[in-house]
Amino acid sequence: MIFDWNVVWYAVPLLAHGVVMTLQVSVVAGVLALAIGLLAGLASLSSFRPLRWLMRGYVDFIRGTPLLIQIFLVFFALPVVGVRLPEYWAGVAALALNSGAYISEIVRGSVGSVEKGQSEAALSIGMTRTGVLWWVLLPQAWRPMVPPLTNDLITLTKNSSLLSAISVYELTRAGQAIIATHFAPFEIYLLLALYYYLLISVLSWASRRLERSLPQW
Amino acid sequence: MVSPPMLPPILAAQGIRKAFAGRSVLNGIDLEVRQGEAVTIIGASGSGKTTLLRCLNWLERPDAGDIRIAGATMGRSGSLVAGERELARQRRLFGFVFQRFNLFPHLTALQNVALGPRRVLGQPRAQAEARAEQELRRVQLGDHMHKPPSQLSGGQQQRVAIARALAMDPKVMLFDEPTSALDPELVQEVLDTMRALAAEGMTMLVVTHEMRFARHVADRVVFMADGLIAEQGAPEALFNAPTDPRLQRFLRHLEPTA
Repeated sequence: MIFDWNVVWYAVPLLAHGVVMTLQVSVVAGVLALAIGLLAGLASLSSFRPLRWLMRGYVDFIRGTPLLIQIFLVFFALPVVGVRLPEYWAGVAALALNSGAYISEIVRGSVGSVEKGQSEAALSIGMTRTGVLWWVLLPQAWRPMVPPLTNDLITLTKNSSLLSAISVYELTRAGQAIIATHFAPFEIYLLLALYYYLLISVLSWASRRLERSLPQW
Repeated sequence: MVSPPMLPPILAAQGIRKAFAGRSVLNGIDLEVRQGEAVTIIGASGSGKTTLLRCLNWLERPDAGDIRIAGATMGRSGSLVAGERELARQRRLFGFVFQRFNLFPHLTALQNVALGPRRVLGQPRAQAEARAEQELRRVQLGDHMHKPPSQLSGGQQQRVAIARALAMDPKVMLFDEPTSALDPELVQEVLDTMRALAAEGMTMLVVTHEMRFARHVADRVVFMADGLIAEQGAPEALFNAPTDPRLQRFLRHLEPTA
């Protein structure tokens, strides 16, 4: 088997465009996912039962169905009921909703694992449940959230390759386009794997720095 | 210390019942505490002492009974059930000191004490911290204000917890076995702080196994057994001439340490 370096050198600049798009999709979807996850996680801790049920249903649906189907639902099924998103935003929305569900479970778990005596002490000085959450539980929950959040953001970044299925011109799609014209699947898929690996490494490194910079007690 | 017998009760609990998973822990407790009185609650473990204390400020919701404190009825707002904000307001009529301190580990001693005045009472930061400083000096911790709880000894942590409760100007202080989690050599500093509080006229309800404290600091001792108040009275009478056989047995078992 001959490794074709020429196609590699040819592909590197072309793939740069895809890298930018993958980064952009991941960052936008990641920020949205964090917002959705935080809100949904807090909602699932609410004392209002219907809201908790709603959140459980959401998480259950996301966990119980494949991401690819969720992407197709947003892109192909929503237009049937009158919501037509361009492929970029359909992809971002599907990724954010998917990751947001998992993140909400991290938020719920971290806040819930703060020792019960902390809530009781805060209640005993006259705090409301909202005050307890805001001033006592959340400040203690940030740090333990970082490692599992990193995992989910890494997963989100890698999952963004599925958007190639709805023609978002991100890294995977860009690679496929080159393969279609040059028929070099071995070289290009290997190159794509390397690109993803480097992206994820940067994310892991940043997460470890963030975790170290957060206060510990 | 002379207690003022003429004052009406500042705290009156009536018919308090509480069961956990079908197991009855409190079977109808009636208890009145007058302003400035220091009352200790003793009894074997499992007799319901801690549950009673936690029911008084509604950390546990009693199944039945009324708790009136300083004109308010816990959990009620007029003839209605109190909303969350109202209940929170009522709850701060009590100060609560936990067996395991429950300080906020992410805050310094000063911030622990200032949190209530700042976030519950809405005081500006400078005012809340000035108050916190004053309370920390009151419990002899002026030199440790800027340390996090992890850098304080158990006795110091418990005194921070007392200061945290005091900073909310409670009408009644509840202490739930405040020295049980402490190394023996650290018990005295906490008891001294409590003794000073009692001498200042703070109304206190103390669940404790420290019989010396019950004997020498309390105005009244309450003995609980089987979810009821089995016997109560002035410490001398209760310790020297107990009538309830369960109390007699309880005191016999304690004799070596008391």
